[in-house]
Amino acid sequence: MVFFILRRLLQAVGVMLSVALISFILFQYVGDPVTIMLGQDATEQDRIELRQQLGLDQPAPIQFARFVGNALQGDFGLSLRQGQKVSTLLAERFPATMELSVAAAGLALIVGLPLGVYTALNRHSRLSQLVLTLSLVGVSLPTFLIGILLILVFAVMLGWLPSYGRGETVQLGWWSTGLLTADGWEHLILPAITLSLFQLTLILRLVRSEMLEVLRQDYIKFARARGLTRRAIHFGHALKNTLVPVITITGLQLGGIIAFAIVTETVFQWPGMGLLFIQAVQFADIPVMAAYLCLIALIFVVINLVVDMLYFVVDPRLRVARTGAH
Amino acid sequence: MKRRLYQLWDSDLAYAWRNSNIAVLASVMLLLLLVGSVGADWVAPHNPFDLASINLIDALTPPIWMEGGNPLYLLGTDSQGRDLYSSLLYGMRVSLFIGVSSVILAMAMGVVLGLVSGYVGGRVDAFIMRVADVQLSFPAILIALLIDGVVRAAVPAHLLENIAFPVLIGAIALAGWPQYARTVRGSTLVEKNREYVQAARVTGVSSSAILFQHVLPNVLGPVLVLATVHLATAIITEATLSFLGVGVPPTSPSLGTLIRVGNDFLFSGEWWITIFPGLALVLLVLSVNLLGDWLRDALNPRLN
Amino acid sequence: MADSPPLLEVRNLRVEFHTRRGILTALDDVSFHIDRGEVLGVVGESGAGKSLTGSAIIGLLEPPGRIASGQILLNGRRIDTLNEEASRRIRGKEIGAIFQDPLTSLNPLYTVGQQLVETILTHLPLTPAQARKRAVELLEATGIPAAAQRIDHYPHQFSGGMRQRVVIALALAAEPRLIVADEPTTALDVSIQAQIIDLLKTICRDRGAAVMLITHDMGVIAETADRVAVMYAGRIAEIGPVSSVIGTPQHPYTRGLMDAIPSIHRSTEFLAQIDGSMPRLNAIPSGCAFNPRCPQRMPRCLTDRPELLDAGASRAACWLHDAEVEL
Repeated sequence: MVFFILRRLLQAVGVMLSVALISFILFQYVGDPVTIMLGQDATEQDRIELRQQLGLDQPAPIQFARFVGNALQGDFGLSLRQGQKVSTLLAERFPATMELSVAAAGLALIVGLPLGVYTALNRHSRLSQLVLTLSLVGVSLPTFLIGILLILVFAVMLGWLPSYGRGETVQLGWWSTGLLTADGWEHLILPAITLSLFQLTLILRLVRSEMLEVLRQDYIKFARARGLTRRAIHFGHALKNTLVPVITITGLQLGGIIAFAIVTETVFQWPGMGLLFIQAVQFADIPVMAAYLCLIALIFVVINLVVDMLYFVVDPRLRVARTGAH
Repeated sequence: MKRRLYQLWDSDLAYAWRNSNIAVLASVMLLLLLVGSVGADWVAPHNPFDLASINLIDALTPPIWMEGGNPLYLLGTDSQGRDLYSSLLYGMRVSLFIGVSSVILAMAMGVVLGLVSGYVGGRVDAFIMRVADVQLSFPAILIALLIDGVVRAAVPAHLLENIAFPVLIGAIALAGWPQYARTVRGSTLVEKNREYVQAARVTGVSSSAILFQHVLPNVLGPVLVLATVHLATAIITEATLSFLGVGVPPTSPSLGTLIRVGNDFLFSGEWWITIFPGLALVLLVLSVNLLGDWLRDALNPRLN
Repeated sequence: MADSPPLLEVRNLRVEFHTRRGILTALDDVSFHIDRGEVLGVVGESGAGKSLTGSAIIGLLEPPGRIASGQILLNGRRIDTLNEEASRRIRGKEIGAIFQDPLTSLNPLYTVGQQLVETILTHLPLTPAQARKRAVELLEATGIPAAAQRIDHYPHQFSGGMRQRVVIALALAAEPRLIVADEPTTALDVSIQAQIIDLLKTICRDRGAAVMLITHDMGVIAETADRVAVMYAGRIAEIGPVSSVIGTPQHPYTRGLMDAIPSIHRSTEFLAQIDGSMPRLNAIPSGCAFNPRCPQRMPRCLTDRPELLDAGASRAACWLHDAEVEL
């Protein structure tokens, strides 16, 4: 078990290093940082000075090491577009994205899971057909379109909810939260729904197909042959066996929410990391792009690790050491 | 020939298609959309690119059934006076073109890599799968955005427009190949040990011949289902990228571009400029998804 | 033949499958009975309908299969027309089942003990503590060493033979009167098969449970069963005491089966086999289903389907035994 954790940790470090390498390559070689920072008219002397300052005259591996060292401290230099420290910018935006993502993930789970179970257990009911049809439409709707539609209906036509920004936020240390004000919540509703819809339909269909698969298994047939109640079979056996693969896949999907937030934040002008990233891409702001990439990779790697651990905890076949065949 | 056609019509797949209302409906819808977009030059009542034919006076006309509507412009016009219906058809053509191209490219890459990976095994297999796994843990849109952003930064501005299309197609394809590779590799591993492969080997057939003539036909089923799902995803991805402003250049707008442009007019009440392209996009993706779903169920032997 | 009414009676059972290419008759007018405590073997090739009969009796026929006509009676009560809840109560409590693959029959996420206790508590009015005690007893009875510890182990921690013992324990947990065992040893190592069959026979006899032993292995039948039914193409070809059916087979099909078993005593160059193969469900010949392959075919066999006719100690569905006809 310990061996397993160690191996996964090593893999995680490997992935992070590869991502760091890609970021580094972006940073150093795509476009000339010196020109970008000093403009076209800089003198040769200025360039040489800046080169030395940035350590650009050092051999590549040393530069990479410096890059990694800086990255570990959260230093990614200055944003080309705004001139501020990249780390500051990201830190400012981080809470907004996190709150939105968690809200969306929660919504997707709370609605998606039960619906998935229901449509699997009641395959032919009217409600199931309706839900399945809606889920198909849901998968066919791009996130930004959902946002636009919601804005059209709830903000423009009905005027119930705001369509822009985060509303009032409260500062708790370095974290700014919108969860402590009614206004903040009002602003959160539409973006959270928009962001959650895609994941919701995915979870729904995943749970449904997994459960249908499980219900076909021999141990379910044997459980029925033993006369166990439908409730015991469906919720005691089938559900538990369904959740094991679902939990892990879902965990990985939820990492995707953080990335999909890019689109939602753009539609609702939500001041998060995603919006920052898009602006960076439009502007070719390399430092921000590289930093965002590393941060996202870190989040993903951590989620992957946690999910792997979870698998271990939940599936006894992996957990209990084999005591040998008898 | 007639007999072949009859065999095809009577096959299990065709039978299932005939009997499924949804499959037929989706196919018809898709066909209509295809004809409309590919044949936009003939179907569209106006040419939105012909500056001479655009009348600013007609700008912001609402659709025909609303007050102020004009029978010339079925779905209304945008802020420049361009007919929305025509723009829509051309936009759909762009969206379809990019979507289909990316899928074909991703499929080619993924299938080849999957075949090689499964057949050769060993280090090659481990490496390819590693890359695929790592890539799969990142959402496609992020990868596409990244590639797009990097190219944007690396290439001087005046060249950007020329290479926008290939880059976009490449980005979406690059984000999508791992799924194909994984699936094909799995099937290849299974087929590799079957007798007909071993027989071919023994009689001296070359590896590539074995792979492409013998193994490939057998792994095509799941690939086809994957391709339809991927087509829907690719179209959405392109629309999203264009909506964000980092997709197709403004000179050849796709549905995503149209939606973005129309978004600015949402609050002033000219909702049609963004909604109709949106509707077209949804119909397109929906029909692809419906067909894909049906195909998956029809090709799945176990559900019978 | 026992004097008391039979435990299980199957009368004219007909099971159909409605497919898009038409209606397939998988079981056609199948009738037999099982007495208390006896072991009835049901033998036949793959596809003959043995497992289907078992499924129909337990009430777990999978759609699109359905019981088209006929009756299934347990202790004189019809069980084929019960609603889902009543059917469920019979399963496990009155009729138990054992399936072929012990690995997939057990839920990998629950311990053996949890699955046993759950079954016991579903049918018997015991406290959890009592149920657990009973579970340990069952495991001991099925020959699992250190039962008190192993009860908290997961299925993957048992070997194949041990798992099947657990399955047997589970099937007997609620003290059913009849066990339907569908190919209980096919998935096991040959060396273990004998042990399991032995266990099954002994433990059922000790608890007074009857067994419907479904298998394609004649040898297992010979060792274990009291009576045997030979099935062919969804019908019963011959049924009777094991010694009679195996020693003096009355139906040409059974005779062919017996001849096909190589013997140590006879030296032969070729293995005897029955020409042809069992017909598919959509191509069952009219008259006697076996007639295309029968070496003793008569003109009548092509048109009239034989019922089970008396033939010495057993009964055979063959016109050769029609008492009215002069041979």
